[in-house]
Parts: sequence; C-alpha cells; structure tokens
Amino acid sequence: MIHSLFLVNSSGDIFLEKHWKSVVSRSVCDYFFEAQERASEPENVPPVIPTPHHYLISVLRHRIYFVAVIQSEVPPLFVIEFLHRVVDTFQDYFGVCTEAAIKDNVVVVYELLEEMLDNGFPLATESNILKELIKPPTILRTVVNTITGSTNVGEQLPTGQLSVVPWRRTGVKYTNNEAYFDVVEEIDAIIDKSGSTITAEIQGVIDACVKLSGMPDLTLSFMNPRLLDDVSFHPCVRFKRWEAERILSFIPPDGNFRLLSYHVSSQNLVAIPVYVKHNITFREGSSQGRFELTLGPKQTMGKAVESVLVSSQLPRGVLNVNLNPSQGTYTFDPVTKLLSWDVGKINPQKLPSLKGSMSLQAGASKPDENPTINIQFKIQQMAISGLKVNRLDMYGEKYKPFKGIKYMTKAGKFQVRT
Amino acid sequence: EGSDGKYHVGSSSMKAPAKPIAGNNYGHHCKPECFRSRHDDLKEMLDSNKDSLKLEAMKRIVAMMARGKNASDLFPAVVKNVACKNIEVKKLVYVYLVRYAEEQQDLALLSISTFQRGLKDPNQLIRASALRVLSSIRVTIIIPIMMLAIKDAASDMSPYVRKTAAHAIPKLYSLDPEQKEPLIEVIEKLLADKTTLVAGSVVMAFEGVCPERIDLIHKNYRKLCNLLIDVEEWGQVVIINMLTRYARTQFLNPNANEVLLEEGEEKEFYGSDEEEGKEEKVEKKKPYVMDPDHRLLLRNTKPLLQSRNAAVVMAVAQLYFHLAPKAEVGVTAKALVRLLRSHSEVQFVVLQNVATMSIKRKGMFETYLKSFYIRSTDPTQIKVLKLEVLTNLATETSISIILREFQTYIKSMDKDFVAATIQAIGRCATNIGEVRDTCLNGLVQLLSNRDELVVAESVVVIKKLLQMQPEQHSDIIKHMAKLIENIQVPMARASILWLIGEYCEHVPKIAPDVLRKMAKSFTSEEDIVKLQILNLAAKLYLTNSKQTKLLTQYVLNLAKYDQNYDIRDRARFIRQLIVPTDKGGALSKYAKKLFLALKPAPILESPFKDRDHFQLGSLSHLLNVKAGGYQELPDWPETAPDPSVRNVEVMDKRKEKKKVEKPFYSDSEDESRLTESADSDSNTGSGSESSSATEESDSGSKSEDSGGESESEQQEKPNRKADKSRVKPWDVSNWEDFNNNNEEEKIQPDWINCKHTYTHLASKGSKINSFSCRINSMANGLELLKLFWHSRVLFVCILPCSAQTISPTFSSLKTYELLHRLTGEGLAVGYCFGRQPFVRDPHMVTVQIQFTNHMDTEARNLRVREPRLQSGMRIKEFPEIEVLPPGETVTTVMGIDFCDSTQAANFQLCTHTRKFCVSIQPPVGELMAPVFMLENEFKKEQGQLMGMNEIKETLVLGEACQSDYAIVQRVTAAANVGQVPCGSDQEFAGKTMTSNSLVLVTVITKRDRTAQLTVNCEKMVIGTMLVKDILHALSQ
Repeated sequence: MIHSLFLVNSSGDIFLEKHWKSVVSRSVCDYFFEAQERASEPENVPPVIPTPHHYLISVLRHRIYFVAVIQSEVPPLFVIEFLHRVVDTFQDYFGVCTEAAIKDNVVVVYELLEEMLDNGFPLATESNILKELIKPPTILRTVVNTITGSTNVGEQLPTGQLSVVPWRRTGVKYTNNEAYFDVVEEIDAIIDKSGSTITAEIQGVIDACVKLSGMPDLTLSFMNPRLLDDVSFHPCVRFKRWEAERILSFIPPDGNFRLLSYHVSSQNLVAIPVYVKHNITFREGSSQGRFELTLGPKQTMGKAVESVLVSSQLPRGVLNVNLNPSQGTYTFDPVTKLLSWDVGKINPQKLPSLKGSMSLQAGASKPDENPTINIQFKIQQMAISGLKVNRLDMYGEKYKPFKGIKYMTKAGKFQVRT
Repeated sequence: EGSDGKYHVGSSSMKAPAKPIAGNNYGHHCKPECFRSRHDDLKEMLDSNKDSLKLEAMKRIVAMMARGKNASDLFPAVVKNVACKNIEVKKLVYVYLVRYAEEQQDLALLSISTFQRGLKDPNQLIRASALRVLSSIRVTIIIPIMMLAIKDAASDMSPYVRKTAAHAIPKLYSLDPEQKEPLIEVIEKLLADKTTLVAGSVVMAFEGVCPERIDLIHKNYRKLCNLLIDVEEWGQVVIINMLTRYARTQFLNPNANEVLLEEGEEKEFYGSDEEEGKEEKVEKKKPYVMDPDHRLLLRNTKPLLQSRNAAVVMAVAQLYFHLAPKAEVGVTAKALVRLLRSHSEVQFVVLQNVATMSIKRKGMFETYLKSFYIRSTDPTQIKVLKLEVLTNLATETSISIILREFQTYIKSMDKDFVAATIQAIGRCATNIGEVRDTCLNGLVQLLSNRDELVVAESVVVIKKLLQMQPEQHSDIIKHMAKLIENIQVPMARASILWLIGEYCEHVPKIAPDVLRKMAKSFTSEEDIVKLQILNLAAKLYLTNSKQTKLLTQYVLNLAKYDQNYDIRDRARFIRQLIVPTDKGGALSKYAKKLFLALKPAPILESPFKDRDHFQLGSLSHLLNVKAGGYQELPDWPETAPDPSVRNVEVMDKRKEKKKVEKPFYSDSEDESRLTESADSDSNTGSGSESSSATEESDSGSKSEDSGGESESEQQEKPNRKADKSRVKPWDVSNWEDFNNNNEEEKIQPDWINCKHTYTHLASKGSKINSFSCRINSMANGLELLKLFWHSRVLFVCILPCSAQTISPTFSSLKTYELLHRLTGEGLAVGYCFGRQPFVRDPHMVTVQIQFTNHMDTEARNLRVREPRLQSGMRIKEFPEIEVLPPGETVTTVMGIDFCDSTQAANFQLCTHTRKFCVSIQPPVGELMAPVFMLENEFKKEQGQLMGMNEIKETLVLGEACQSDYAIVQRVTAAANVGQVPCGSDQEFAGKTMTSNSLVLVTVITKRDRTAQLTVNCEKMVIGTMLVKDILHALSQ
C-alpha cells in the first residue's frame, strides 16, 4: 500500500524519507513540487497527484507536507487518514509537530514509523500500544538516557497488541485516579449581510483525559442524548449499548483521547452568540473607503464571550487602513491584505468597535468584492447546544476516582458576509 | 567502496554472531588504514563492546537514512549487531537491514540464522517480529526459507503470529510471483481463521495476491460480516471494499426492478433448492428477494458509519451506494456530510465522491444542501468541488436559493472560483429550463464586471446558453458584439466572434462591421481568435457577400501568410469552399449547408457523470483513470449464483428461520387471481392462495407452525370457521359470505349488509383504533385481518346526499413493507392504506400498520417519533403499543395528511431499544376518497374541468381486464374512487383528501380491446400521476 513517505518543509526541502518496500527515489517528489508551484496557495496542492509510475498522496499539516508514495490502487482516504494519524502521533509524542521537533527526534520518528506500518499496511496506530513499544521522549528521560545509556524502546514486549482491548495499555497504575472530560462545541455558521443566519450547525467533541489504574469500565450518560444527531466514536465505545440505551459505555484508553464527536442536528435552531454590525463601503472615484465594525453579544445565556478575534481579507485594491479600535489591537498586513483585530472580551455595556478609513490605490476603480469577516470566540462553562452530562460511573475497579467535566463553546468556521 | 576485503563473508560462513570479536580485533589493530572510509568512527562504535556506543552509532546511521544519505557501506558493521542484546539497538539494526538488504544480498544472509532462531522462540511476540523482519528482507535466495516460515506461522497458536504471517504473504508474492499457488493455500487457511486480529490482514493479502479468487470467500463470507465490527479500522476498510466486489458477483441487483421493489414484497426466503416444490413455482415469477446474506452485509456495515476513521465511513458509503436498494443509500449521507468537517484533504476526497453520488442519487443529499455552502476560507479546490455538488443538487425547488448563493460567490476575491461559479450557473441554466432567462440576464450583467476574467468566462457561458435559443436574444448578441473592443481574453473573443458568425442573420448590420474591425487587428490576434475571424468571414461571405466580399478576400489573404499552419490550412480550405472558381469545386454549392448548418446546443455535463463505473472511494475513481491493481467492480449477475455455497455447516437453523421468515402478505398476484378464478371460492381456492393464506396464519399465530403443504387446505377451512365464530360481535362473517359469493354477479343484495357492517364498525364508538386493538387481543386476530384485507367486497354505500365522501367501494388492499424484519432486527412492519375515512381527521389518509415480532424477546413501547414532514403534512400517530410478545402480530391505525402530494412521510419508529427511520409514500390513488355522484352530476362536474384539467389517454386493455367488472376492479384498486352507479360508461368519482378537489375518472371501452381513459382533476399533478397509475393497472 504505502511505499514510501517523504516529509517536505515549506521551502520545498525533503527533510525525512522512509521506505517500507524497495526504495523509491526522492526524485519522484519533483512531480509534487511542480504541482506545488502551480497551486496559488499551499492548501491548493491537490492531495492526490498521479505520476507515470506512482501516485503521490499528501497532507499538509503544521506547514509540513507528508507525501506518501503509492504504487497501486488504494482508497485515497485510507492513506490520508493514516497520514493524519501519523501527525497526531508525532504531536502526541513531541508536543508539537514541527520540522525541528521531527529532526531532533528523528530516531523516535523512525521507530514509530517502523511500528505503524508493515510493508505499507498499518500495523499499530493506537497511541497506547505505540507508547508501550516506544516511550515518548521527556526531558527527564533524555537526561537519564544519556547518563545511564538506557533507551526509549520499551523493555517489555508489547502485550497490548494481543489483548481484547487493544487501545488500552496493560498494567496502568496511578496514585491519583482521575478522569476529566471536556465537552467542546464549535459553531459553524454563515451569516448574511443583513444579519440573518444562512446556515448554522454545531459540531461537538468530548475529549477525555483518563488516568485510572487497572481496567476501569466507564459509563457516561447524558441528560439529553437526543440532541446528538450524528455521532462518531472512539473504537472503545460499545456501539450496541449506545444504540439501545444512549449510554456511552467503554473501557478507556490510558491518557488523552477523543471519546466522541457529534453533530447537533441543523434542524434545531442554533443560538448565535455574537452579532456584527458592519459598514464597509468604497466610493466610486474616491481613494478612501469607510470601515466600521461593531460586535455585540446575543443569545449567550449570560456567559461572557471571550478571546474574540476578528479577521478579514480586504480587497486587493486596499493599500492601507487607518482604524481606531475601542478596545484591543488590530493589525493590517499590506501585502496579504489581512486585517485582524484582537478584541478580547466583549463587554455588553460598552460594545467593542473598530472604525476608520481605508486608503485605496489612487485612480483604480472601486473594488467590487465584499470582504467576509471571520470571527473566533470562546465561551466558557457552556455547551451551546445545551448538552449536559448526567453522570459518570465506574465499574470493575474498587478505588474512587476523581471526576471532572468542563464545557466550552467556540466559534468554528464562523463567517459574516458583507 | 568502504568495505575492505576482510569483510567479504562468503555465503558459506553464515555464522555471523561469531564475527564481532574478529571485528573488534580489527578495529583495534588496523585503525590507521581506515581513514579513507567515510564512516570509520561509526564502524568503530558499532564494533565496540558498549551498548551505549552501538546505540549512538545506530542512531546516527538512522538519522543518515532519514535524510536520504547513503549508509550502505556500513552494512557489514551493522549486520553483525543483529543479535545484540539491547532491544533498541536490535530494532534499529532491523530498520537498517530491511532498508539495505536488497543492495547487499550476500551480507544480508548473515542475519538469517538469527531470525530463524527467533521463529522458534517461545514468546509469540519474538516469533512475530522475527517473521516480520525476515519477510521484509528482499533477498531472493531466502524465498524458500520465507515460504516455510510463513507456512509455519500460519498455523501458529498465537493469532498475532498468524497476523504477521498474513502480512508476510504479499511481501513474498512481490518478491517472487511464482509462489502464487502455495501462497493462495496459505491465504485459504488464514481466511478460515476466526479471530478479528487476522481477518483484516488476510483479506489484505487476498487482495494483493489473488483478488480474482472470489470462490475462497464463500465459506468465510458470513464470518467476515459478523467479525467486521470488531476488526481494527484499517482492516475494516479492506474487508468492506472486498466484500463490495464479492456481493456484486453473488447477489441480484436490488434496484433492477424498481416497481416490484416499491411494493416491498418479501416473497420468498431463499434456499428453495431441495425441499418444497411450491417454492419453485414462486421462483418462476422472480420477484426480487434480497438474499439474506446480502442483507447481512448491509446490516453489519451500517454501524461503521459511526467510525471515527474517515476511510471506514467512506468504505461503508461506497458499499451502500453500490449494493443497497435505492431507498437505503440515503443513510450514508449524514455520515459523509460529517466528514466535511474534517481535514481539507479528507474533504477533497469525500466531495469528489459526493459529487458522483449526487448525480445518481440526487435525493440523498438534498436535505444537506446547506452543508455544501462555500466559505471564503475554503481552499479553491474545495470550493470548486462544493460548487459541483451544489450544481448537481439543484432542482426546480432549490434553484432559487442556490442561485442566491451563487450571487454571493461571484463577488468573491478568488477569481478562479468566480469563473467556476459562472460555469456552474451555466449548467444550472441548461439543466433547469425555468431559470434559463434569469441566469442569462445575470450573466449579461456580469459582462460589465471590472474583472476581465469574469467577463470572459461569462461570454463563454452565455455563448453556450444562447445556442439553445438564439432567436430571442439578438439584443444580447448585439451587446456582446460591442464587447469585442474591450475584452482581451482570447477564448472570450473567439466565443463572441463565433456567436456573431453563427447568428449573423440576427445582427445583419453589426456583423460586417465587426469583421471590418477584426480584419484590422487580425495579425495581432491569438490563434483561436484568428480561426474564428476566418469563420466569421466565411459565414458572412455566404450570407452577405455584397458587403463583405472584399473584406473576406483580405482576411483570407492575411491568413494565407500566417505563421501558424493551422490557420494557413484553414484559409486555403475556406477559400476553396466558398469562392466559386472555374474548376467548380463540387462542394462549393453545399458551402452554405456546411457552414450554416444548425448546430446542436452543447450539453453542459458534470465531469462526474458516469464516474460511478469506478468503485467509489477508490483511487481510480478520484483520478477517473484506472490505477494499477484496480479491481473492476463487476456488474450484477442476471441470475443469482447458488447461495448455498456460503453455507458453512448443515444448519438446523435454516429450518427455524424458514418458519419465522414466512412471506408477509403475498398480494401481488391478488388481482390476477381475482380474474383468473372469478368464481374462486375459498374452499377450492387456487393453490397459491391457500398456501399463502396458511403462511399468513402461520406467521401470525404460533398454533400452526407445521405449515406443511398438504395440510394447508384442510387447515384453512377450520380456521375460517373458527374466525367466523369469533368475529361474531361485528357480524363480519357477512364479508366472508360475500366473499364466497360469485363475483361475476357482484351486485346488489348483500350491499346493504356490507354497508351496515361497515358503517357499524366505523361509527361504533370503538372507532378504528380500538377496533384494531380488539382484533389484536384476539388470539387469531390475523385471520380476521386477512379477511378484512382480502375480502373482495364491494362496499358501495348509497348515501342520500350527493357528492359526499363515502366509504371505499372496493378494497383489495395492498400491503407495503415499512420495515423489513432483517432491518428491524426481528421486528417486521407492514402497512396498507385502509381506505376508510380516518375518524379523527377527515383530511387524513388512514394507514393501517401491522407489527410482527420475530424476535424471541418482547418488543415494548412501539411508537412514532420525530416525524420529519414536508411542510403542511401532518401525522396522527397511533397510540403507543406497550408490549408485543414474541411471535405476535398487532395492527394499528394512523392518519397522515399528505397534503395531496405523493411526498413520503418520514418518521422514526421506536421500540424501547431501537429506532428505525421509515417512510410511507402513498401511491397517488390513495390520496383521495370516493364520492357518491349521479351520472348527470358527474357530467356536469366534468364539464367544468375541461381543458388543462382534463387528461385523455388511449390504451390497450390488458389480457386480464376485458370485462367491465375487471375494469372496475382495476380502477378502484389503483385509486380510491367510487363508481358512478348506472353510468353509461365506466365512471368513477373521488376527491382529494386535503383540498377536496374532485377527481373524475372515465373509462370508455371500445372494440378491439382499446379503451379511452379520461381523468379530470383541477390538480393537474394528481391527474397526470393518476392517469399513469390507472393506465398501468389496466394495460397489465
């Protein structure tokens, strides 16, 4: 399936290669570079590129292209999904997935890749199993290793691969047993010029950090499970149980994992927590344009809207802007024409606004495009869909775990058209 | 270069582990000589006694490999450490070995013995890892060793080792394809493995080595289906893709016969090969029956739509697309739409597939239209794909909101995207005639856009649209002629010129002037523009030679000396053709025909059309080119291959299943039977009827599981007798009596009785609901129902007031399937349209729902939830059914106001554990209720519904409906209308449920089997559909 993997950085250098079958010359990447040149933006490089003898399937993450070389028919999503899994694993191991981190840990990377694929077919992709096989590097361990000469590779044999719960490593022991769940919801919305919602939906995830000894069997139930319209599970969740009782029953992996992602039906009305008043105009014949933006809270159920960040791609004709924010700071990049305004928290008593003028290229006609406004925000302690966890129970172990649950709402792809 | 002679270890000295000592000595003594070698420091470290040094060296070597630096000269030094005690060193040595063994075959052999020893280790993980590395070393000389190792490992105790063996198979195969046969044997053995660990890997091996050996799958098919949910995600993808192909070779196309399918008949359980002769008879008729194995696959893959892995979701979606009945494909839409939230690469692939699906199955994504709306932050390639999907989904109803979206897109800053949007508008305009003018006007407005690319793209699209109806748009052509001075994009200029040339007769004044201008600038134009100038000149010469003769000559002369040979060529060709010469080109008299022929308008097609001949989700589908190793998705077979090949053991279960799986209501032949044996009375009843009747009673009551053929007839009678006595309270026995009557003389005497019973039933406080509950409470309620449904009784009620809704005149109720017992996991639900007025709401259609519990546990709390209805539609749910014991059947009634449309009513059917999405789609004939009318009233009403409201159709009557009686039956079966008594022709009247619009049907029979059908209805849609249905009913 996957023949080889090349990692390419943003300046077009191949800084890592790994082959699972016969070596494929790195010159195959020339086809990739060609496609890269043709694409106007980095994200416009086609994920699948056919070449005379191979196919290149790539993903772009953290400004690194992961280019897999394929020789014959394979579902493209299979490869793409795997590559993303590789990136997730790197991130899990090194905290970040940057060129520097990969280069620093090249041996661990190689060991990981060796375990993740056998002859190009995925072998061990569960983070718990990998961690049993290869210990993630920590500062302490690196120091100890240099002094004692011990290694990152697990001394024990990886029994996790053999167990019936392959996602959980065996022999887990903690002094403090704790389980935390974060319910994070993102609102995707398109708001039209007049402020009415064109489309809005809520995508949520429940991320868990479970540090429990032994083999705990957990059940998590919701007050209002009917809200969840479409769900996808971590493999540990017992599907039958969910189907029958709407209860999440699972033996969790150790550490961080995504238990569930869900979609709240678009039939339900989605509360839109912020509104935007805008007035962006260009006048014919004048080299000035007006820019006015005011944000305000709406349907926030009394919670504060925080970490608000507004960004907008202004038309190419705009040379510079001269704006006055009532709070926060703004930046404008005259090259990319990207305006971004770090608002911070919205105070309902004193609405944040950004007003001023834009200077246009003299003599050029007025731009006929309208910029869209992208908004990011966070609301703590609230899941906008109203989803509520009812209770979490643990079976199979004797100790009393500490349980915690946190709710948060964020803007996903939240756009306002002007 | 780096290896000094000393290291050439011949294949004879395979005892590598002895070597390190020698290496050490070497390192100490000969140090000075090695300075020429690049990596002598590394070699020294590798040769040292300290593991930490070795490890450091290996790490540096691995870093070199990672950077793509050649480290092959270190091979001898590295390979010695293959048996190192330190695990990490050992692992890194393996990594190195696998990478370079191919280049250093002889030296690689040194390591083999270590692995061979590893293969015998008591620890399964060591055995597995030894096999893994051994099989990864691409050295041909060890093929026999590998083969042996794989064979051994395939029968290892440990599933993990067996998994590794499965992984090793394609490795060996790619090294030596000669080994195919023995490898297939191993695959066959491993396919029989019952553990989830092995399943994915062995199917992967199967796909790699012998994908054509479908026969190996038969015996393992059911097991694979059942294991699927527990297999690891990557294995799931491979298995699902393989099973899709398998199913295409083994099962029948569920969509082959849409009509039959709609009737939801579940005629026959397969497995008719040995036993009963009766089943053979049924088989001749070939109604579509889904093989239970086919159903098993669909059922077991469905939960995987909830996988977090996009590849798995896609695999299931393609499986449903290629294998599921049309109505079920929709379940995958939600999951696919969910994937659109994922990384942009995932979106890219999913959208490609959605684009293909949305052409074939438009309906499945219609509700998710908004999920494909484009955000300014999407990458262009995603935008273009979403645009494609939106265009595919556009229908008459959604086009207006889609066009409104497109309007916003046109203002985008991403010009490539704007161009694509304009193309999309063009396609919407061609596909949906109603909006053509709107689109055209919009595009014309874009011609004044500042961006030249936008204008150019618009010109190209307008050109295509104008070609469809040029007469009406000469002003647009004029407008475009003016544009030629400003537009520089060659393609657009060429398009304008072509337009002017083609329709020069519509713009007789402007055309020559344009040619004059173009002649001026000819030399500086692009090639495509030049070609079109020539074209224009030629056409003008032919139509208006007086004005343009000289100009044309001039242009042709210019072209004669052009640098491009195509243009020179074209000029010569045109001159010969149009300018009359002495030698009299034979063709020149046809010149006009050649140039000014009517050209068909171009069809703007989706690039994704017909892409579904590639298996969806595959690389080949994405690229629209067959990729190496792609396995063609076979066509469905005409007749199903023997299903018994999948039987694993002789199953007792089969018999059991048989009992439960007795066909539901077999009524497709009801009608034909009716006429065949007009005098059929229940005693002699045709064979098929009596058997079906017994089957029905079987499924309903546990009392008669025996259900043997021979007994059926005897059984039937007592049954009915028994019923008769039970149903006494309502006098229903009358029906049966009537049923037994000769139907040829259908009419009068019993009418009154019937009517009585009927109205009695309906009004008697009990109402339909409690009535049916009552039925259920009776042990053998089903029998009664059967009577109810099968009674071919004329319920003609004569009520005093005219034009009033009356009870249905004729009921031969068709049962439709709502939930198949396999989908319903043991709960089978059927429904039929009761044709009685729904007592609680006169605008509602009565739907009788019958639940049968095939599970061995009781079903509780059967109820309707979350109806999802078109606007205006309403549902009156049936009261919740508390308990349905296993094996029991319950019937209940609900009312649906369909708003006089045949849109399906969707809702969820819930039990205490599960919920099922189901939908009821009414045939148009059920949307009405009979009306009593006298003939003169009928004629009067008909007179008011002429013109547009009248649809006439002549037809040839089918074999079986020659008699008037048969016609009445057919018509009243197809539509819930009442016959006008004593009419001169066959006249029927009814009115629609919601709007009370009259529906008048007339059938005038003529000689030689033809007849004229007239339907008058102010709702034209209903009228048209009704005509179709009745035509169908009468001509069969």
